Amino acid sequence: MDASTWELLLHAVGPLLLGAIVGTIPLAVLSFVAGLVIALAVALARLSPVKVLRRFAGGYISVIRGTPLLVQLYIIFFALPSLGVVIDPFPSAVIAFSMNVGGYAAEAIRGSILAVPRGQWEAASTVGLSYATTLRRVVLPQALRVAVPPLSNTFISLVKDTSLASSIMVTELLRRAQEIAAPSYEFLALYSLAAVIYWVICTALSFAQQRLEQRLGRYVTT
Amino acid sequence: MPLVTVRNLHKAFGDHVVLTDVNLDVAEGSVTVLIGPSGSGKTTLLRCLNGLSHPQRGLVTIGDVTVDYSSHPNRRELAALRAQSGMVFQAHHLFPHRTALENLTEGPIHAQKEPVASARARGHALLEQVGLSDKADAYPSELSGGQQQRVGIARALALRPRLILFDEPTSALDPETVGDVLTVMRDLADQGWTMVVVTHEIRFAEQVADHVAFLDGGLIVEEGTPRQVLTEPCEVRTRQFLRRVLDPLSRVPDQGRP
Repeated sequence: MDASTWELLLHAVGPLLLGAIVGTIPLAVLSFVAGLVIALAVALARLSPVKVLRRFAGGYISVIRGTPLLVQLYIIFFALPSLGVVIDPFPSAVIAFSMNVGGYAAEAIRGSILAVPRGQWEAASTVGLSYATTLRRVVLPQALRVAVPPLSNTFISLVKDTSLASSIMVTELLRRAQEIAAPSYEFLALYSLAAVIYWVICTALSFAQQRLEQRLGRYVTT
Repeated sequence: MPLVTVRNLHKAFGDHVVLTDVNLDVAEGSVTVLIGPSGSGKTTLLRCLNGLSHPQRGLVTIGDVTVDYSSHPNRRELAALRAQSGMVFQAHHLFPHRTALENLTEGPIHAQKEPVASARARGHALLEQVGLSDKADAYPSELSGGQQQRVGIARALALRPRLILFDEPTSALDPETVGDVLTVMRDLADQGWTMVVVTHEIRFAEQVADHVAFLDGGLIVEEGTPRQVLTEPCEVRTRQFLRRVLDPLSRVPDQGRP
């Protein structure tokens, strides 16, 4: 690489990091939080004694997992306007990503709830806790420990998947790299820089996951 | 008027009958011990008293709460029945992510809406009662099996129930810790608690029980005072069972049972 490429890279670091900070990270965090709410609801519906709820949740998971995320994103941003529903790029991306997380994380959450022994439900009911209180205070805190590894995977995948939002004009990390690369033809340098930034974010998340697992496992004997 | 009455309890899984028209009365302040071989229905009978098991039909009355199982009681009716009793499980089922004290205060604070300070004060007193005043901040995983089970008993007491149900409370324990748990249970009996106990501890039944019921094949085969049932049983099945439990090495040929 010659000196002008280095200079371009040096000037691109700021805008790319800004893209990560105002685009990629908020997009990932908002979508993940909203996605977890959807996932919990879907998981509980899957575990419900009510058949209609189980069917609906199963159908939702099937559609989300059976169709590409990029197609889901296009439907919300490019297709819904023909039905009169026009949503800005950033909210469109949040909707698509959170629905997607909702489908994937639901199975992880369902599995982690099932991993909590039946005796915990029974003990909670004999001390008088309602279904909601049992979930909130007994089952979910224990399920969380089991759910952290698969949910961390989901979150890390999501951080990388937010790059798809560049295709609907959300100015996040990859979009910034494209904008700088296109006029200069320095694709290798800029996309490599973008890759490095994604990698740093994901590595930091893996580290945070390990810390969280240690913290949640503190009451368990080894 | 007994505190607990059970009438015509019937439960089956398909062709397999677990309980057949079981009737039982439990007097207030009495200790009732249910004995019988595994699969005899004694644990199921106990679990019908708080709605953890759902028989097809039968009536359970505790105090002024009655549940008619044949009318498919809803969640609220079962909760009302369940609120009459505390339960001690064979595998203790303490909440592993809460300390001993928090296990005790969970129900009082989050179900009965007792003020935190009062629930914690009572919790400390109960831990002292079961000999664990120094373990309030220990997590269940930091306690021995006998200590866990004593926390389990204190958790049941913390609910201030009308009666306490014990489901084989010592069956999963190391032999040397069984005595600690049985001692706590005897103290509760002396204090006048109404208790229904499923156990294989025949000596405990002899010394502590007011009433013993022997179940086999989903039926109460014989019931009465410990003396009647344990010392001078009338039924062949009771005698065979007691012989097997009290002297496991004497393999007297059984009639009719594997």
